[in-house]
Amino acid sequence: MATHFFTDTTVLTGRTMRHITRSLDTILTTAITPIIMMLMFVYVFGGAIDTGSVPYVNYMLPGILLITIASGIAYTAFRLFMDMQGGIFERFHSMPIARSSVLWAHVLTSLAANLISLVLVFGVALLMGFRSGASFLAWLAVAGILFLVTLALTWIAVIPGLTAKSVDGASAFSYPLLFLPFLSSAFVPTQTMPGPVRAFAENQPVTSIVNTIRALFLQQPVGADIWTALAWCLGILAVAYIFASIAYRRRIS
Amino acid sequence: MLALMSIPPATKQTRGPAIQVQGLQKSYKQLHVLRGVDFEVARGSIFALLGSNGAGKTTIVKILSTLLKADTGAAQVNGFDVAAQAADVRESISLTGQFTAVDEILTGRENLVLVAKLRHLKDPQAIADDLLRRFSLTEAGNRRAATYSGGMRRRLDIAMSLIGNPPVIFLDEPTAGLDPQARIEVWQAVKNLAQSGTTVLLTTQYLDEAEQLADQIAILHQGRIIVTGTLAELKALLPPAEVEYVEKQPTLEDVFFAVVGHNQK
Repeated sequence: MATHFFTDTTVLTGRTMRHITRSLDTILTTAITPIIMMLMFVYVFGGAIDTGSVPYVNYMLPGILLITIASGIAYTAFRLFMDMQGGIFERFHSMPIARSSVLWAHVLTSLAANLISLVLVFGVALLMGFRSGASFLAWLAVAGILFLVTLALTWIAVIPGLTAKSVDGASAFSYPLLFLPFLSSAFVPTQTMPGPVRAFAENQPVTSIVNTIRALFLQQPVGADIWTALAWCLGILAVAYIFASIAYRRRIS
Repeated sequence: MLALMSIPPATKQTRGPAIQVQGLQKSYKQLHVLRGVDFEVARGSIFALLGSNGAGKTTIVKILSTLLKADTGAAQVNGFDVAAQAADVRESISLTGQFTAVDEILTGRENLVLVAKLRHLKDPQAIADDLLRRFSLTEAGNRRAATYSGGMRRRLDIAMSLIGNPPVIFLDEPTAGLDPQARIEVWQAVKNLAQSGTTVLLTTQYLDEAEQLADQIAILHQGRIIVTGTLAELKALLPPAEVEYVEKQPTLEDVFFAVVGHNQK
């Protein structure tokens, strides 16, 4: 069966990609929330936030990109849930195909959909004056980190997609993820926060990821942040993958 | 002599019954759904599993189509063991589940092409064209399945199951929730299937459906098959019919079709 893994995954990814290209509203919804937040922060709150010599749009873009991913993966869970609800998941599983390609197709589609909405948000940021003199390598590093974040969060999304009892349950898990950037260095420097909040903010994954991307954009040394960020991403990815696999195995036996 | 002995092993086994089930048991936590189910389905026949809601019909179909594992007992489909040779079983079957398994965002044609590609067949477009024609969906072929009526959706669903000509097809409650017109369309599709030599196992809670379609009927009750036989054999279980003269009243179905003008039995 493994011989068909790549062809089957390609065919099934083609199917889920059509779900995206035929309901572009999901991509727009995914992109619009972060874009509105970006407008609010840059043109309303931004003036009151002291980020030194860094223009605010440059400062907060990394956080907005993470919010974009967090709202994008809610649809990953939704699409998977809808497949489980209808008979199509069972149809695929009773066919002579590589069974795991059913799940991988959703994961690849999630990566593609998030790439599209990230590009959209990025385009708006450019219009709003975002500029970076980062080198090609630094851009590559940013892309790599965003890819890892998307992959890790996608595998988190697979868990409710497989186990949720209702549509609302399938996407509700993303709300805490949407709020996590607010309790981090994404929008305001953590130095301004009261003790316990600051302690939480400085030790949660978003801060190290945001600091790394920001430093790469600003052509500053990334320091230890990049290793903390990578460790968080890979750790979350591994744990989410394990739990998703357990949920998947429970679902098919 | 040697040449005779080196016949390559058949990938598609064609001897023996299409389906054999022995002592199948399955529980969901405390709920003992199947309590020892035995039956056989002859090749090329239509076999109806008749039972009320919750009798365990779907559980049997899921075990036979490798979606669920039985607690004890054994089952072979097309000569392959459902537990030990699941991949071979999947090569031999198609499942049309209780919930219509079509992709609503794709068009009817795209649904068929998708399944043909997943079965690794050549020329998926030609296969799709052929099936759209056979199931009178050619005109609707380029419309999204979401716009289809219940009957059309079910026809597309069954058409998807025929791709690759699997020798055994499972139809789990194929007409549940369909209007009378659509039911007859589905029945016709099932009859055509059996004529082409496919073995069909269908589950239903409608007595008339089993009567219309099945060569063999098994009644599943409280997790066991309590009787199996042809319609004539089952009727023989009752005392011989007494002849009574009754004025024949049209059934509501007769009226419905007379009024609608589509009596195409």
